[in-house]
Amino acid sequence: MKAPVFDYHRARSVQDALAALADGNGDAKPMAGGCSLGPMLNLRLARPTRVVDLRHAPELRRVEETSDRLIIGALWTHAEIEDGAMPCATNGFLPSVAHGIAYRAVRNRGTIGGSVAHADPAADWISTLLTLDARLLIHAPDGERQASIDTFMLGGYSTELGDDELLTGIVLPKLSSRGRWAYHKICRKTGEFAKAIGAVLHDPERGLTRVVCGAIERTPILLEETSAALGRAGPQAAAAVLRDEIDRRLSDHDAVFRQMHHTAVDRALAELGSK
Amino acid sequence: MSHTGIGARVRRKEDARHLMGRGRFVGDIKMPGLRDVAFLRSTHAHARIRSVTKPAGAEGALYTVDDLAGLSPIVTRSTIPGYKESTHWPLASGKVRFVGEPVAMAVAANRAEAEDLCDAVLVDFDPLPVIASSEAGRAPDAPRIHEEWSDNLFLESGFDSEVEEVARTAPVKVTREYRTARQCMHPMEGKGVLAYWDYQASQLVVVTSTQVPHMIRTGLAECLGLDQARIRVMPPDVGGGFGYKCVLQPEEVLIAWLALTRKTPFRWVEDRREHLTAGANTRQHQYRITAYADERGRLLGLDAEVMVDTGAYSVWPFTACLEPSQIAGNLPGPYDFQAYRCKTYTVATNKPAFTPYRGVARPGVCFAMELTIDAIARAVGREPVDVRAENLVTADQMPFTNVTKKHFDSGDYPASLRRAREMIKMDEVRERQGAAEPDGRRIGLGFATYTEQSAHGTSVFSSWGLSVIPGFDQASVKITPDGGVEVRAGIHTIGQGLETTLAQIASEILTIPIDRITVTLGDTATTPYSTGAYASRGIVMSGGATSKAAQVVAGQVRRIAAHLMKCTPEEVELKDGRIFAGNRSITFADVGFAWYMRPDLLPAGVDSRGLEATEAYKPDVDSGVFSYATHAAVVAVDPKTGMVEILDYVIVEDCGRRVNPMIVEGQAYGGTAQGIGTALFEESPYDDLGQPLASTLLDYLLPGPTELPSIRMDHFETLSPYSAHGIKGVGEGGAIAPPAAIVNAINDALAPLGAELTQIPATPERILAAILAAKGQMEKSRETAA
Repeated sequence: MKAPVFDYHRARSVQDALAALADGNGDAKPMAGGCSLGPMLNLRLARPTRVVDLRHAPELRRVEETSDRLIIGALWTHAEIEDGAMPCATNGFLPSVAHGIAYRAVRNRGTIGGSVAHADPAADWISTLLTLDARLLIHAPDGERQASIDTFMLGGYSTELGDDELLTGIVLPKLSSRGRWAYHKICRKTGEFAKAIGAVLHDPERGLTRVVCGAIERTPILLEETSAALGRAGPQAAAAVLRDEIDRRLSDHDAVFRQMHHTAVDRALAELGSK
Repeated sequence: MSHTGIGARVRRKEDARHLMGRGRFVGDIKMPGLRDVAFLRSTHAHARIRSVTKPAGAEGALYTVDDLAGLSPIVTRSTIPGYKESTHWPLASGKVRFVGEPVAMAVAANRAEAEDLCDAVLVDFDPLPVIASSEAGRAPDAPRIHEEWSDNLFLESGFDSEVEEVARTAPVKVTREYRTARQCMHPMEGKGVLAYWDYQASQLVVVTSTQVPHMIRTGLAECLGLDQARIRVMPPDVGGGFGYKCVLQPEEVLIAWLALTRKTPFRWVEDRREHLTAGANTRQHQYRITAYADERGRLLGLDAEVMVDTGAYSVWPFTACLEPSQIAGNLPGPYDFQAYRCKTYTVATNKPAFTPYRGVARPGVCFAMELTIDAIARAVGREPVDVRAENLVTADQMPFTNVTKKHFDSGDYPASLRRAREMIKMDEVRERQGAAEPDGRRIGLGFATYTEQSAHGTSVFSSWGLSVIPGFDQASVKITPDGGVEVRAGIHTIGQGLETTLAQIASEILTIPIDRITVTLGDTATTPYSTGAYASRGIVMSGGATSKAAQVVAGQVRRIAAHLMKCTPEEVELKDGRIFAGNRSITFADVGFAWYMRPDLLPAGVDSRGLEATEAYKPDVDSGVFSYATHAAVVAVDPKTGMVEILDYVIVEDCGRRVNPMIVEGQAYGGTAQGIGTALFEESPYDDLGQPLASTLLDYLLPGPTELPSIRMDHFETLSPYSAHGIKGVGEGGAIAPPAAIVNAINDALAPLGAELTQIPATPERILAAILAAKGQMEKSRETAA
């Protein structure tokens, strides 16, 4: 379980990283915290000819605030988000989710951008950012663009990022003081990836009411009907339509799976109701 | 001076180096010219090998079975009639029989480069139909794992004492099917072996992470065709064994062969992925049990059929037969009933070779039996704890020989159950169950009582057909010239604290404090023979031998001291690390100095053996001394998620005289942690093609600190009448009862929902499935009624 031979490139800037990726002819792989890529290299499941280390590119740790947005670089670690190393635009949502990721040792290395780009369906950020209706900053050789979180993830471990592109930042909405959120995940044991995630956000002032079901072995889903019911009539009304929507949207899964995911979202709604 | 003998809660001698990270494991050893070895392992569960193509330029760095000149396969014999031997080539010959089986061996300057070499090998596999379960193996048209066999059974055996009469007449009949998962043992240190040729001693030196160094020497000599005196097995620190390291591993044979052939040092260190796939080798049983009882739940008989998914090969030396023998022998548990039938099928499958794991079969049989007891209790409408008490062998029946001729030597089993009931506060739990929990969870209470046959010897092992039969264990004790002590025994230290407890036994006899007692274990060149550390035997067998040798040395000391102090040996007393005659005293150093340096001071006709002795020990009755315990668990089950939290956990155990109570507690904690893994988390599933589905720790869950409860413990000390100092073994017990106690508690919680679990691990999915199935059942019956 040792990695095969590869070249290591320490990128000093986003441009440097993009050039190194482009130069790799599709066989180069960017590395953020290395929490997933490291084991995959050692298991020889990933065999890039070149690993481009992003941890020394200062732009990837930027923080920018506008009146209604907060932009953070992709390379902030879970631990830094947990510890509040940057301003919080989400009324504690991000720090709380970060606190629940794996173990502190993992959080010290793992990054929000690395996690989103890796697109593990059971990981926390992809569901969280979908709930927040975040946007993603992507740098390509021909410039910068923004992608919607709704369409970024194509499926398990698959995103719209090209081989020569980098996820460089997260654009978060600033929640109003009335914005409330709840996050409930079911894990077999402390620090494990979730078996089911329920995430809820309700911020009427910002027009954000989103209920997400995650850890479903593919892209997390926005539960539109439940979200609408929540916006219209509150958590209890949302819970009343939840079962049907889960059963329909997860009809490719068995009753046990649906039950577990129903519970995760149902409890997130209940927690929102009690806030 | 503080007492450091038997019963003292002294800190472990070995912990100082381990806590400082200064242990010396196989992976820590550096040697000039050391080459690392990696194995190319089969990706198929069952396939013919059409060809193996090595890359150009790999001469002398890549080996297949055809390159292993002079090596013989591992063949494990047994005297049990009907047992079929397997021929296990350390590198696959002709075909592969499980995913992870070594096909080729690569040698390089480091592990990464050795893996690169493996990557460059092309193996042309011709896939064969796969046997991925016991049922598949027993199917009449099943392909053969070993072509020369008539079926896929290593063994078909069992026990029969007539159940027909009881089956006809018993008023209560309970039938259940149980399954236990395939598991990996996961010692913190995986397997590792380093070997080199010692020109000075003209010996092959094998530094291997093993529980059984002396036996490994015998096994290696057989495979290598070498005189045993030409092999020295020198185990370093071993980071846990649990049974995984009590068998001869193919990799061990191969590294030894390389060093013997090339006369330079080689090493292989197992990684976690290799362990999770090629080492998924234990625990997998399937039971079909019918229990017969009277209206009070008194057991009248038991009829069982058990299948063991044994994997492809029979391990050396314990064979594929140990597990089924232990199943048939131990299924009746601590209970008193006479009608018993147990049929066992030891089925060869396309999985790694079944290896005995801490508790050997007993976690499975305890799970099956204790769930059955609870099922009977529900059937007769009584408290499970009362039905248990109804059936337990009692103290005044001791010593008691049960239906399978297990000879329980001593103890009060019902008292351990009563004490556990009291400690777990059963009445309060029952009261709490009457009211709904605010968080919607359901509370359940479960018990399990078991016996742990420890230090069983020749008569027991021969009944299992094992050609390697433990007889006497030996130990040497020696006073050094400066009055210290050296203890040597062939058993090995694998984390169980023997460096401390053997020193405590020597200290008990000689009164010398343990910090002046050095314990050397395992090295075949410096220690007397022992079959090794397994079957909870060390403290009884090596401890007994140490005690006996120390007593001989004490006599030698007395006689020289008597001469020095001009009194009779009978007047000499060893006390507090000194030697007294009335008020006068001398030191052990005075006696050591006299023997080694001042022969002029010695009495005429002095014992020429001096101040050392090697003694052998075996209990007079060698059928084993039985530790026992009751575990009790209170759990909370979330019926919406299937998640289980252990709210309280109690152990009441009796292992006779505790040499070091702290180590006994450590064994119970550690074993229980592993048992909780078996109960709730650990599983190596396979798909129908024999592919292991848990190949990283992401998929194979081990319990961590946050999953383990604060265990409360109480002890009885019923001394065994058969062993030195009344000691009983305790290494395995903790791992036996948790699956039974915890799943009984889960079922107690689920009973109002009509749901019952019969399979471990009790995953959230299985619990939810049981609840949903019960709900479906109820709705169906309601519809029918309507």
